[in-house]
Amino acid sequence: MTLEERRSWTSLAVAVVAYGVYVAIVVSRAASAPLVDVDYVPAMLWTIGIAIVGSILINIGQAIFTPRRDQTVDVRDRDIAQIGDRVGQAFLVVGGVAALLLAIIEAHYFYIANVVYLCFVLSAVLSSVTKVVVYRRGF
Amino acid sequence: MVKATSVTNNIRALRAATGEITQAGLAERIGVTRQTIIAIEQGRYSPSLEVAFQIAHVFGVPLDDVFQYGGSDS
Repeated sequence: MTLEERRSWTSLAVAVVAYGVYVAIVVSRAASAPLVDVDYVPAMLWTIGIAIVGSILINIGQAIFTPRRDQTVDVRDRDIAQIGDRVGQAFLVVGGVAALLLAIIEAHYFYIANVVYLCFVLSAVLSSVTKVVVYRRGF
Repeated sequence: MVKATSVTNNIRALRAATGEITQAGLAERIGVTRQTIIAIEQGRYSPSLEVAFQIAHVFGVPLDDVFQYGGSDS
């Protein structure tokens, strides 16, 4: 497995775990208060921050422990990255449009922030899943 | 094994014929990863024209002797 394929798996795992933790925190707090009154901002910022820092640290660790010959990024890696990024970007657009519509109907900030966060996560997940599938099945 | 491309190749046979070029060795000579050579050999990745020419050059044969297009009959 090349370094780039490992990074796709890492990105997928980090996105899922970080968002899972965030949802668990918000849902547990919503048990005692209405959903829109939940103090979601610290949990959101912390999980996003930890996901970013965690990804960087894991990538550095992977680069250290991956044999040099598997660290090469070649034309196939670049092609696969392009395909994955294209799929992921679709969800960034969906998130932007969803946030726009929620703002137009004057939805609570909670929903606007969360739909954007969800689409960021879906973008990362779909991008990573696409890369992993293409690495495994070819194109 | 799912074939993701209509391009077939004889890389494995050519490697065996030369008797000395491993997947890793071929990968190193054309500047790609061994996984990319494996993917090309198994028909899971259709290489760029440049990589295809580089592979043919390593074996010292014309491009047609390495790669064939499955749809060329139609």
